[in-house]
This record gives sequence, C-alpha cells and structure tokens, in this order.
Amino acid sequence: MTRDQLLQAYHDMLLIRRFEEKAGQLYGMGLIGGFCHLYIGQEAVVVGMQACLEPGDQVITSYRDHGHMLATGMEARGVMAELTGRSGGYSRGKGGSMHMFSREKGFYGGHGIVGAQVSLGTGLAFSNWYRESRNVSLTYFGEGASNQGQVYESFNLAALMKLPVIFIIENNKYGMGTSVERASASHDLSKNGAAWGIPGEQVNGMDVTAVKEAGERAAAHCREGKGPYLLEMKTYRYRGHSMSDPAKYRTREEVQKMREQSDPIETARKMLLEQDVSEAELKKIDDEVKAVVQEAADFAQKSPEPDEAELWTDVLLEAPVMEAR
Amino acid sequence: MPRRTMVEAIRDALDVMMARDPRVVVFGEDVGYFGGVFRCTEGLQRKYGASRCFDAPISETGIIGVAVGMGAYGLRPVAEIQFADYMYPGYDQIVSEAARLRYRSAGEFTAPMVVRMPCGGGIFGGQTHSQSPEALFTHVAGLKTVIPSNPYDAKGLLIAAIEDDDPVIFLEPKRVYNGPFNGHHDQPIVPWARHPLGETPDGHYAIPLGQAAVRREGAAVTVLAYGTMVHVAEAAAEETGVDAEIIDLRSLVPLDVETIVRSVMKTGRCVILHEATRTSGFGAELSAQVQERCFHHLEAPILRVTGWDTPYPHAQEWDYFPGPDRVGRALRAVLEE
Repeated sequence: MTRDQLLQAYHDMLLIRRFEEKAGQLYGMGLIGGFCHLYIGQEAVVVGMQACLEPGDQVITSYRDHGHMLATGMEARGVMAELTGRSGGYSRGKGGSMHMFSREKGFYGGHGIVGAQVSLGTGLAFSNWYRESRNVSLTYFGEGASNQGQVYESFNLAALMKLPVIFIIENNKYGMGTSVERASASHDLSKNGAAWGIPGEQVNGMDVTAVKEAGERAAAHCREGKGPYLLEMKTYRYRGHSMSDPAKYRTREEVQKMREQSDPIETARKMLLEQDVSEAELKKIDDEVKAVVQEAADFAQKSPEPDEAELWTDVLLEAPVMEAR
Repeated sequence: MPRRTMVEAIRDALDVMMARDPRVVVFGEDVGYFGGVFRCTEGLQRKYGASRCFDAPISETGIIGVAVGMGAYGLRPVAEIQFADYMYPGYDQIVSEAARLRYRSAGEFTAPMVVRMPCGGGIFGGQTHSQSPEALFTHVAGLKTVIPSNPYDAKGLLIAAIEDDDPVIFLEPKRVYNGPFNGHHDQPIVPWARHPLGETPDGHYAIPLGQAAVRREGAAVTVLAYGTMVHVAEAAAEETGVDAEIIDLRSLVPLDVETIVRSVMKTGRCVILHEATRTSGFGAELSAQVQERCFHHLEAPILRVTGWDTPYPHAQEWDYFPGPDRVGRALRAVLEE
C-alpha cells in the first residue's frame, strides 16, 4: 500500500471502530432496539477488500454488516438512523441493523439468515458473467455459515460456470458461542472449495495490507475469467456476538491479547508513523472521524420516526389492500 | 410447588426425559457448550455428556435431516432451530422426509422427533427473527404442531411431544419465555414467579397433545388464541370488561375441535387471534372449522385479529403486533352485531 492508501485505510478502519463504539453506547442507552452485531476488531477485512474494488463491483454480507456498509462509502448517518429505526435510515426503519442496502454503493445487504447471502452473491456474479463485465462479487460470510449446505451448492455452481465471485470467509473464531473447532471438521477453511478446484488462501485478516494484497490476487483471478476464489480471513471480534452475549466461551485474556498484539488500527498507525506521518496528521483524522460519528448519532436521534403509512409500503409494488381493524 | 420461567420449564422437561429415556438426544446450534441462545439447554451437556447434548454446525437442513435418520433408527431426537425464522433451509426435510416417512413406508418407519423453535416477535428482531410460521406446519399432513403459552404447559407438552411417535413441531413464543407478556410493551412484565401457571411440578407429567385449555370462562364471545396472544386476549377482556371465554388451543394439530365448538355454541360469537400474517394464517382454518360446525349458532361474523400482511417490521413492531387495543376493538365489534 502507498502512504496515501494506508492513510485512507486508517481513516476507514477508524471510522468503523468509532461508529461501532457509538452504536454500542446508543444501544446501552436504549436508543437502538433488538439485534446489533458489532464489527469491532475485524475492520481490516472490509477496508482491505474494498481497496481492491472497481466501480460496479458488488458487496454482500450477513448481519454483522455495519463495517461493510461504511467501507463501501455508505453514509454513517443513514446507517446509524436505521439502527435507531428512524425514517432517515437506509431502509426507513423497516430493516434494522441486519437489513440495509445501497444500490448506489453496490451494497446488496445486510442479510439476517446465516449463510443465505452466499447463493445471492453467486447470483450477482452470474449477472457479471452474463453481461461480460469485469465486475466481481464480494460475497462475505462467517466461519459459522461456512458449514451451510447452500455454501457448497454455490461453490459448485460458481466453479462450474467460472463465475467472478470472491468468497470471503471472515473467520473470527466463534459462531455465536461455538468455537470453530467445535463446529467445523475442516480447520483450514481456505481449502473448503478444493473439491471444486476453487483456489483459496488463508490471510491475516488483522493486517489491512495483507488483506489488500490477497484481495488483489483474488480479484485479478476473477477478472481474468478464471472463476471463483476463496479467501479465509483470520480475524477476531472483540465484542460479543450480539449485545446480549455473556461471552463465557472465551477468556478475557484471549480478547485482551488480540487487542494488544494484533489490533488492525494500531498496526496501521504504527506503520504510518514509521512512514513519517506525523502524530498531528493522525490526530486530524481522529478528529474528523469523531465529528462524522457524532453527526451520525445526532441525526439518528433527530430523524423522525417512520410515518405510520410506512408499515404498508414496499410489501408489493401495489399497496396491499387491508383495512386497519 | 416449584416456580419456573418458560425457559426453565423447557429445560426441566428435557432434563426429565433425558434422565428417563436414553434414546433422547438434544442438539442444535449453540445448544451444547453454550447452553442455547435462550438458555433452554443450559447444563444439559455437563450433566449428560456431549454425545447426548451437542452443538450442531450452522446447517439447518442437516440438523433436521439427521434428526429424521436418528428417529427412524430408534432414537428420540430433540433438535433446536435457534429461531423459527432459520427453519426454511430445513423445511424440505420437515415436509418431504419427517412428515412423510410413515405414510410412504406404510408404517414401517416413522420419525419420532421434536423440532423446537423460538417464534414470534416483540424483541425488535425485524423480519428474520420474529416470524410465526405455524401455518406452514399445520398445512402439512404428517406433522403435529404445538405452541404453549406458559411454563406449566411448556413442560407437559414438551414431554408429551418427545414421547409422541410422530414428528412434532414445538413452537416457543420467545416473548413469553420470561413472563406472560400481554402486548403492553410499555409496561413492565410480570415474572412467571408471580403467575399461577409458573408453577411446574418436578418430575414427569405430560399434557396430551390435542387438548385445549379454557383460560377464562365467559358467556359473550369465544376467543381462540395460542402462544403470546392468549395473554393479550386476557388483557383485552379485562380492559374492555367483555365477558369473553378465552380458549388456549395449545396444540394446533391435533386440534381440540370439541372444546372450540362447545364454547362457540354457548357464546354464539367468535374472535380468532394470531400474531402471524393474516392471509392463509391458521385463523382461516379455525374460522372455517367454526363456521362448518356452528353456523346456526353464530350471531355475528367471525372476526380475526392478526398481524398485517406485511413482513415483520423493525421500527414499527408495535404497529404490526395485534395488541390488546386491537383485540379489544374486535371484542366490542362482535358484540355490536
């Protein structure tokens, strides 16, 4: 990565980190209801991958999706307002934390059902192939989802038709409270596509430069018409699976060790300082990010609740006929 | 008498059956080591070992398919689908395998198994963590579908379901896990410890599938409800002062038609409640059953109060949920006919 690219990556990762911290705060204050899965710790994955994209490429993921949205350039205020269930949210309060979209930014959701987005992402890749475009579908899923049957159905189809899809397994070690060792007979998940001849590699998902390098190899493979590519990102989430996670399945020491030794933002920061970026320059980025997040939080509280009629719209093209009883 | 939450009652039923019957095996996503996302299986792996209570990979098709095979070969699997909304990948296994095995083998093989699934809304889960898919099961010949509304019933019905020789879908309305939620989301919930139906005897007892319970006797209108909506009905009757007879169906298939008919013949009016969407919901079946059997006794059209025909909304959850105000309006409306 060049100095400027790394600066940009630092900014983007920090934005995700601060956004998620703020979301956690708002949740604690009761301003966000229901489910909320924070991405803290995994920032390098989406930021590194996003740096490999060309206009028109697609991104799709599961429910731990706030980081992906911010990385695609979706506005923090629209994401935060969806978390608070307001009309200014990307789904106007209909979707919540797990269900947001942006056609403009090529973000195809935001899906609450584990693994279900993998076949959708394969369909996006089919469209790219069919249109003979250079575009690639970035299809993210967790190591927990990697055991879903439809993942392997998608692998087969993608390999058979040589579809341009990068399957990205974000292996943060825990599917909710079940560690990958207790859920998966396969331990090197990058080999999970081997039966179909899908090349795969394990990547240090805590290092944004390593992610970008691997992402570029994968994207080049897809754009050359060679079919799908599998990346297993070895990463880690610092927070619980969701906001109600008792986290008894791992030790505090384990989390602390990852934070201290492998934090993706701290690593990028050190690299920048070594490249003679000044503390003042980094401080300026910190301040900018803080301001954006604060503005998003304010907007998310000020944006009005959805109009009552909103309940009835977007079910079908035509408004449903139902008298309110 | 010991008091239990619905979570504790379900855990106790599993515990009782695992102790009594070595064929009973409990599994699902996060069920073993973690103890279940709603804690229904906490401690069972420690007590019975990882061969009888284990974590399954996140593979609903596989979980249900494996359960069918286990059941066909002599075990009594109790599989958990973490949220009913996650059931769809396993639906083919439920419909084409579990429900049909007995018929297509002319009784040679059966699939005695229970699939437990937390269902329903009220926790801001949005469209993928709030659904009530009961009608998708009641429509399938070869399945039994059960939905308790309280700890006492949950334990007795789950034991009966495990002992049943056919596949049973056991829906657990998650909003009443910790107390009898009556739809007043802005009021604190009464814990089960202070509710008579929180009393659950220790040890083994079974509530036969197909027996409804009359929760409240009344003469003016029959209310048919199940799961969370039983408590909403009770609140609506209290608040409107309507002399409603509230029937908690408990089991949808088999259905206690006799209790329903006896009540409607007495009251001459019927209101049907469910949280699921309206069109082709189980309320339509109930309405048809009542109409076919009680037509000459009806003094008003049968009304349904249900979720709207929309996906479950996130922010507008309480506009969707058929709460006590909407139910109360229907109770008054049938009396005005």
